[in-house]
Amino acid sequence: MDFENGSVKLTLDGETLWAHIRGEIDHHSAKSIREAIDTLLASSAPEALILELSGVTFMDSSGLGLVLGRYTKATEAGIAFSVTGATERITKMFDMAGLDRIIDYKERNTSK
Amino acid sequence: MKKNCENAMKAEFPSLSQNEALARALVSSFVMQLNPTVSELADIKCAVSEAVTNCIVHAYRDTVGTVYLSLKSYSDRSVKIEIKDRGCGIEDIASAMQPMFTTDREGERSGLGFTVMESFCDKLRVTSKPKKGTKVTLTKSLSRLCAN
Repeated sequence: MDFENGSVKLTLDGETLWAHIRGEIDHHSAKSIREAIDTLLASSAPEALILELSGVTFMDSSGLGLVLGRYTKATEAGIAFSVTGATERITKMFDMAGLDRIIDYKERNTSK
Repeated sequence: MKKNCENAMKAEFPSLSQNEALARALVSSFVMQLNPTVSELADIKCAVSEAVTNCIVHAYRDTVGTVYLSLKSYSDRSVKIEIKDRGCGIEDIASAMQPMFTTDREGERSGLGFTVMESFCDKLRVTSKPKKGTKVTLTKSLSRLCAN
């Protein structure tokens, strides 16, 4: 079960839902990314959700809201949540927001 | 030492969310003339994106108004960026600038817009009058050019 639009590609790999986000995450693009992830998250009920961010070229605080929102939705549903592929720039944003207290985004995983 | 304004630009556009990227592109093109570092340019783009998003999401919520962008560069390699709206204004600027403060929970705003602007610029000034509008002034000093 896959889904793809200009900003996000969703791939269900076994019980893991991968969301490969690319391009710019701002208030304008965040809405469609959020809706795409949440729709497939609800319909597929995976065991894990992974946001893969290596293709993200820009992120402002709308991206922080997107990540925190998915973290909240996933953990409330008992779904494991992680972030991978955070660039130096995104890591700077996450560090500034104190996300390291709740999400491990510094460990690099092999993306699907 | 007195600094001189060396270049300036003004633009205005409707408060449509697709114009967030337009504002970043305009500011990037202007600042690129000063040969900033990658990090400096990314900081400025991010701060401008936050200020313009505030105009769209908060100042002109449920309406479309005009966002005014003004850029100036100075002889000391500083850049001053003003983002102004004629929207609803901010009742309590000190509260609005607190980290995690937002009036738009449904839109998943993180409430970190002003924190980002403060972190990524050298100076942030916010003036606002309720029902009149808000002006955000960002100042960023770019590093000295290295001789090749």
